[in-house]
Amino acid sequence: MKRVYANEKLCINCRVCEVYCRAAHSKSADVVRAYKEEPESCSRIHVEGDNNASIAVSCRHCENPACVEACITGAMQKDPKTGLVINDPARCVGCMTCALACPYGCIKIGHIAQKCDLCGLSGEPECVRHCPNNALIYAQGGSEK
Amino acid sequence: MKYVIIGNGAAAISAAEEIRKNDTEGTIELFSHEKYHTYSRPLISYYLCGETDEKRMLYRSADFYEKMRITPHLGKTVTKIDRERKRIVADKTTYDYDKLLIASGSVPFIPPIAGIEGRKNVYTFLNMEDAKRLKKNISEKDHVVVVGGGLIGFKAAEGLSAVAASVTVVELSERVLTTILDNQAGEIMARRLESHGVRTVLRDSVSSLERDSVTLKSGKTLPCSALVVAVGVRPNAALARECGLDVGRGIICDSSQKTNDSDIYAAGDVCESVDITDGERRVLALLPNAVRQGKVAGSCMSGGKMEFAGGYPMNAIDFFGTYITTAGVINPPAGKGYKVKALSDGDKYRKIVIKDDTLCGFILINDPEQSGVMTSIMADKTKLSSLKKSVKESADMFSFDEKTRFIKLHGRCEI
Repeated sequence: MKRVYANEKLCINCRVCEVYCRAAHSKSADVVRAYKEEPESCSRIHVEGDNNASIAVSCRHCENPACVEACITGAMQKDPKTGLVINDPARCVGCMTCALACPYGCIKIGHIAQKCDLCGLSGEPECVRHCPNNALIYAQGGSEK
Repeated sequence: MKYVIIGNGAAAISAAEEIRKNDTEGTIELFSHEKYHTYSRPLISYYLCGETDEKRMLYRSADFYEKMRITPHLGKTVTKIDRERKRIVADKTTYDYDKLLIASGSVPFIPPIAGIEGRKNVYTFLNMEDAKRLKKNISEKDHVVVVGGGLIGFKAAEGLSAVAASVTVVELSERVLTTILDNQAGEIMARRLESHGVRTVLRDSVSSLERDSVTLKSGKTLPCSALVVAVGVRPNAALARECGLDVGRGIICDSSQKTNDSDIYAAGDVCESVDITDGERRVLALLPNAVRQGKVAGSCMSGGKMEFAGGYPMNAIDFFGTYITTAGVINPPAGKGYKVKALSDGDKYRKIVIKDDTLCGFILINDPEQSGVMTSIMADKTKLSSLKKSVKESADMFSFDEKTRFIKLHGRCEI
């Protein structure tokens, strides 16, 4: 499957990916309005590091996702067809066992668990599209086709 | 191949899914003493609070059994395992098996309390039926006493505090949530719970139930119109014991979840397993552990080769908006070489337990997002001296050197 991969050699710690991710998952889907809206949306990608070295981290959509295994409700599932790891907001109760299980720290805390959905697989995700330095790419993993 | 599964919880369901991946032909018969479609047990407290409902509690979709070609026997209690003839008895009917999985979960442990026999206002809190009874019966007139200040007890208390006139939790040990907190974090939580109307009585127990009160061991009395017994659970291993399987505290299995009978497997709360954080054998009655063991059992029952490498305690839970995430050894025994570091900052608390340059356990209060990175450092037994950041303060991808970070985030892929 295609995933978002980050290149820390090109990342400049600008956090524009976070801004567009948050906007994409807000009610208005508008970059400016997203920051003033209720319910508050959150970015599902985050930049770690500092101005010397940084990298954007988001869900790896693992082959055997620890979050799915840990989910107490069955809300977190890996789609067998697309490979997307996705949380069903209707069933999630926000216990955060998934966050305790994710080795990458990619589950965000809202009222319920929030995570990257690759913008619904509708082409290039927003974080990738808006990365000013091409530090993010949306590509097929190396050895899998 | 004829597969029979006893149980309908996370371990049973995960095993059935794994069997189907390997064997599309075999029959799968699944038995549960409960009449319900598979649902999430840990959600009963959320149900009590009104944060979820019966429909949303389904652990798998309504057409799950059909899709997986599983024959569910719901509401049928298995009463016997006949290892010689390789069959089980349920409701006086026998069913043959080639491979059997015992995933019968836990049963509540009831401590001796005088006067509880036959009383209608005494509850346990483990399954859907318990939750429904409490939800239906408890009203704003009730003074509820919960025996046991562990996860189940406090979750019941949290749910009931929205409804009942008063809720008091009586706990034998010196702190609340004994198994997942230390004394300092216990105090933070006890205060938090108290501010939401859940009173806690520590270092005491309920010795008798009277008409509208309970008497504690200390001699104190508390008003009580409903008593919830939630001191803990133990493996539901009676069937396994009766048919001569090796049972310690729970059923004893090898790394393929096989018991001492090569055609019988066990998974989940009914088993005991090795806790990799301290090497001890114990019952790890936790959903993620049940899922992993269920997958391994299902795989190995149907010709696969998955292995269970040992588990570890891990709990994520919130009480009135305070998040607690903990894993591994939390209150290490003295004199065994453990080092402890605790930091508290406002409503945040961070405690880590270290031994031999590895992370053995941690408590994080109100800091859940990166907790999974801590879990992975613990479970992988990563040498702490190899990390670029101290786990005492934080953990993220920059805890690892550049190469490790690259492999973690990119896998086998190259840019």
